[in-house]
This record gives sequence, structure tokens and C-alpha cells, in this order.
Amino acid sequence: MSLLLFDTALCLLLLALALASMLSRQLVNAVMLYIAFGLMMALAWARLAAPDLALAEAAIGAGLTGALCFSALARQQLDITAAALSWPQRLWPATFVVLMLGGILAALLQLPSVASPLVAVAQAELINSGVSHPVTAVLLNFRSWDTLLELVVLLLALLGALPVAPAEKSATSWSLGLSWSRLLAPMVILLAGYLLWAGASQPGGAFQAGVLLAAGAVVLRLNQQLNWLSWCNFWVRLLVVAGIAVFVLVALLALWLTPANVDAVWLSWPPLLAGGIILLIEVFATLAIASTLTLLVVGEPAPQHNRTESV
Amino acid sequence: MTELSMTELSPQLLLYIATAACLFAIGVYGFIVGPQTLRRILALNIISAGIFMLMVVLAYRGLANGQARASPDPVLHALILTGLVVAVSATAFALALLGRLKQTQASPEHQP
Repeated sequence: MSLLLFDTALCLLLLALALASMLSRQLVNAVMLYIAFGLMMALAWARLAAPDLALAEAAIGAGLTGALCFSALARQQLDITAAALSWPQRLWPATFVVLMLGGILAALLQLPSVASPLVAVAQAELINSGVSHPVTAVLLNFRSWDTLLELVVLLLALLGALPVAPAEKSATSWSLGLSWSRLLAPMVILLAGYLLWAGASQPGGAFQAGVLLAAGAVVLRLNQQLNWLSWCNFWVRLLVVAGIAVFVLVALLALWLTPANVDAVWLSWPPLLAGGIILLIEVFATLAIASTLTLLVVGEPAPQHNRTESV
Repeated sequence: MTELSMTELSPQLLLYIATAACLFAIGVYGFIVGPQTLRRILALNIISAGIFMLMVVLAYRGLANGQARASPDPVLHALILTGLVVAVSATAFALALLGRLKQTQASPEHQP
């Protein structure tokens, strides 16, 4: 009963935060409410037996997206207040949304309560996957295509964002923020390493570790530290591409190592080597995710010359 | 098992399903109404939060039934994890575009 009470409070809080974020006049308030919403979301996922997602959401929803939106706000004027909308302008969308919600709810309430058969399949194949945590096994063994393509999507987003990144305003770092971020950095590195290692048998893994590292690096970058971490640096570029490169190379190696009497399948690891292969891919994927997300969030001070002519 | 299973879902799951649908609806409303582009990007994020929550609930179904050796669906969890990172990278791309747009609008040389 008390659990149901907790669930109800959490759900109401989530809905209230989302609604307030959408309805608040000031964009600053909207972003702040969204960050709080992300934290509550992490709590909800921990409640729904998804600790992997809770770890990632706490770093992404509350950390990275907040930093992203605030740096986007800082480039605009901070005090943009929307003009009040008239009642018909609010009423028609609201009617449409309520009708749609009714339809969705009617469909969702007929969901069967039986778990999908994939759970049993994944459990049965877990012995051959090289790791004992099912989510890591799915991510890097059973469905490694997803992870490979996701790294490609990250790279594409970065390549798309770099040319359009607006010129950064020169900001001065706050001395308390600077010393605090320096204190935080070793902790972040330690935690990310732990998450990466723990991913083989417990909740954790490349995504969570990479996102956590990125959050730490963003804090340092916002305080004018880690200035080498920019797209101009050749080694950083190499690091960004390393995730995909190592993934593909390892996949080719695994194809080559497959015994002749077994059907060679692209992106499937031999069971004996799977643990090592997964760890290798995860290390480089972590570094690639961390550096890509950092570059995406902090952006790049675009070259100032002939900007006006190009417009 | 084959009958209409409306009552089989526990009240907690129903609660979370309803929340996910409402989050989706709130996001859609914000996307339609919200006049600023940044608010629309936030609204898209709220929509994706609603969808991810629905997927988490779907992954949780087996656990709620108290079946033996129950565990949440790892395939859905892995998909959501991938989706989270893709969502944040798409948001970053959208915000970079938005920033450039604002800068172009603000620069005095820009006269159509």
C-alpha cells in the first residue's frame, strides 16, 4: 500500500513538473523544471527495476540536457517572455491532445500482462555471451548492430553540429566552480571506471560510464579547463572515431577467428573470447561517447573571420 | 491468459502506463503551443520520456506477475539505453542549429 502511495506521488510529481515546464512563461524556468523532471524520471526508472536506465538518465536528463539548454539560453537573451496566448490558441490544441490521449489510453489498457518471449531467449543465451548482465549482453553481443549504429548516429550528430555551432561568448569561470570541478574530476573518473567494469555483471556499462565522463568533462570545460579537448586537436578526433573503428576492426577480427566449421556471422563473437572483446569495445566506446557528447555540449568556438560574408 | 487482460495488469502498472500516456500528451501539447523553439525541443524530450517510460513498463510486466526467475526484459532496456543517447545527441544538434539561427537573426548585416 505504501508503495502504491509512493508510485502515485512520483507519477503526480512527474506530470506536474512536465506540465509546469511546458506552461511556464519564462524559458529559464522551463529549463530548470525540465532538469528536475529528468531527476524524477531517474527515480521512476529505479522504481521500475531499470537501474541501467536510471544511471544513464541521471547523467543525461539532469546533467547533460540541462547544460545543453542553459548554454543555448545563454546565447540568447535570458529574459525572453512569451506573449500570452489567447484562449482559442490554447483550447484547440488542448482538445486535440485530450482526444488523442483518450485513444492512446484505450489502446494501452488492453496490453497483455505477459512478459515478452524475448526475456527467456536472452536468459538462455546469456551463458554464451561472455558477460553475466543481460542488458550488457544484449547491447554488445546479441544486438551489437544497434550499438554500432548508435555510435554512428552520435558521430553524425557531432559532424552536423560542428559547422553550425555559433560563436561562443567569452565567459569567465567562477573560482568556486573551478575548485569544485577540480575536486570532482577524480571522483568522476573513478566512478566511470567502476561503472564500465561493473557492466559485465551488474547494472552499468559503456553508455553510463561515457555519459558520466562527458558530464565531468563538460563541467571542467565550462570552467575553462581541458582546453585541449576540442575538434582542432587531432588526438581528440581520433578518440571520437575510435569507438566505431575499434568496433568494426574487432568484428572483422572475430569473423577471421571463427573456426571454419562454424557459420561466420557478422558481429557475433566466439563464446570463448566474448568477454574480452566486449570489454575492449566498451572501453573505446566509453571514450568515444564521452568525447563526442562533450564536444556536442560545449560546442566549438567557431572561427571568427569572414563570418558576416557567409551569412 | 487469452482473455481480455484489462484486469490482469496491477494497479501500479496501470498508474505508470497512464503517466506515460499523459507525459506524451503534455509533450505534444507543448510542441503545438509553445511559441519558442527551445520550448519545442524540450517538448520533444518530454514526448520521448513518455515513450521510454511506456517501454520500461512493458519490460517490467513479467516481474509484476511474480513468475519464477523473473527479470525485466533486457532487450527493451538496451533499446531505451540506445534511444537515450540518440535523443541527447539529436537535442544537441537541434540546439546548435537554433543557436546559429538566433545569431543570424540578431546580426545587423542580415537583411533579407
